[in-house]
Amino acid sequence: MSVHHMSASASEVALGGNRADWSASIVAERAEVASNDEINAEYRHLVVRGSEIAARALPGQFFQLLCPQTGGDQPFLRRPMSLYGVDPTQRQIEFLYKVTGAGTRGLATLRPRDSLDIMGPLGVGFTLSPGFRSIVVVGRGAGLATLAPLARAARDSGISVTAILSARRPELLVSVDLFKREGAQVVAVTDSESTSGPANVERILRRLIAEGRCDAFFACGSSRLLRVQQRLAREFGIPGQVAMEQQMACGLGLCYCCVRDFHVGGEIVHRRVCWDGPVFDMMEALP
Amino acid sequence: MTDLSVQIGDLTLASPVMPASGTFAEGLERVIDLNRLGALVTKTITRELRAGNPLPRVVERPGGLINSIGIPSKGVPHFLDHTLPYYAAYRTPLVVSISAPTAEGFAELAAEISRPGVAAIEANISCPNIEEDGRAFAMNAASTEAVMRQLRAATSLPLWAKLTPNTGDLPDVARAAEAAGADAVVVANTILAMAIDLNTFKPCLGNVMGGMSGPAIKPIVLRQVYQCARAVRIPVIGCGGVSDTEDAVEYMLAGATAVQVGTATFLQPAAMTMIIDGLAKFCERRDIARVADLVGAVVNEEADEPELAWLAP
Repeated sequence: MSVHHMSASASEVALGGNRADWSASIVAERAEVASNDEINAEYRHLVVRGSEIAARALPGQFFQLLCPQTGGDQPFLRRPMSLYGVDPTQRQIEFLYKVTGAGTRGLATLRPRDSLDIMGPLGVGFTLSPGFRSIVVVGRGAGLATLAPLARAARDSGISVTAILSARRPELLVSVDLFKREGAQVVAVTDSESTSGPANVERILRRLIAEGRCDAFFACGSSRLLRVQQRLAREFGIPGQVAMEQQMACGLGLCYCCVRDFHVGGEIVHRRVCWDGPVFDMMEALP
Repeated sequence: MTDLSVQIGDLTLASPVMPASGTFAEGLERVIDLNRLGALVTKTITRELRAGNPLPRVVERPGGLINSIGIPSKGVPHFLDHTLPYYAAYRTPLVVSISAPTAEGFAELAAEISRPGVAAIEANISCPNIEEDGRAFAMNAASTEAVMRQLRAATSLPLWAKLTPNTGDLPDVARAAEAAGADAVVVANTILAMAIDLNTFKPCLGNVMGGMSGPAIKPIVLRQVYQCARAVRIPVIGCGGVSDTEDAVEYMLAGATAVQVGTATFLQPAAMTMIIDGLAKFCERRDIARVADLVGAVVNEEADEPELAWLAP
């Protein structure tokens, strides 16, 4: 599978206005919950069955979930959730989440056969260029889920992967088995073992670069580690992509609630994380 | 087959459903067929380049959200070079929302964007975020009439005035807009609101105050639409918490000729086309030949105007 940017150009979209055979490429639909299991003390793994359009989601893209209202919680807006995995033939879409607020508390109540209103696939995902032979992904927190679909996409494109996965404690690491299953080399770093600091990660990255195993960086979930990658990317001329997070409302680029500052051509510009991203050029991102 | 068309001045809309300014952009094209809408309404543009307000720009509350985006605008050249050609491919009328800090500024901007491809201008004389303390032209009748007269002189395009709900003089403001030559009034913008974070003791929005929208405000704005529809002869376009077909019907019964849908699109991106389908079904079921027959059809047998007067504003 090759990974392409999903956003159609303005001219392509404008032509749609004259077409009689318009069809949706983003859907809001009731998907059926296949499973929703706890995988460690913090994370849960949610699998739903959706339509063919929803199951076209690509690595780095996300969905907006209409989370169930439970108890005293009344989440009003949808909640963005990055894609953890997808099986287009089974039409299964996977998410990995941590219960942190009203939205995810609602998600945690879902049982198999329940329905969940999902909207997507949304945003611009990761791009794997044909020239890459080996890539390095660096993730922490939510980034461990967001980066996971890259493992299979890279393997399908014959690209080898080194995944540096960071967490507070070893038992809170997720996606390790997934990366290993797809043939990636995993380097786990944790706060409790004092291996997750920027200095140590930089040592690991420099070794990978010296061994010729880093044609591109992919990052998500840690500002500190993003800064390290940006510095090395500049020093060695390595391209990179980063998935950014921001509070969102619409998810479709309508409201401009989720803008962030980006450094583009000597200027600071606002971009919508939901529509212009969430994956951006690593060098344009401001951690 | 129900006739879904409605008439806003000289402009015929294929259906009475359109987006509320600020909640519509090209992304929606991926979810719904824009050719099915009554109109397309752009985000508010200004002559000056505006970055918008500091984050957070949105906070949710039960039944709605409070936003303070701050009208980010890329200016007129970007609108003429990109936005206008982009929407030229659609047969749906394009309504351009504009704002300016002065009446002269409004007039100059209206003249600049009065181009082929623009079907109407919606003058956002009500955005509560622009002026200090949320004050805006549409807070009172005199400043509304002044800005609308300048606008009327500056363009021959249909002119809609988007009014603020944050005034006790709304029917007077609507009358002032009509007297100054407005072809329609849009009732209304968001309701000035606030939220405070109980962990940090800080306001939830970067701009401290914002505008409330969503189902929570619908009964309030419905009442304002009812009042305005009785105050003016020009069409009233209802805007405030419309989420489904029933809400749209209720607004039309209160006197709205059309409705704008905003926040509902954030929750269900196909809300507008679902409402259009729902209106056709509703009218068929009730044997109503034209959706326009719903406009102002509220049955109000008991109370007459003098008895309602104590409810003013």
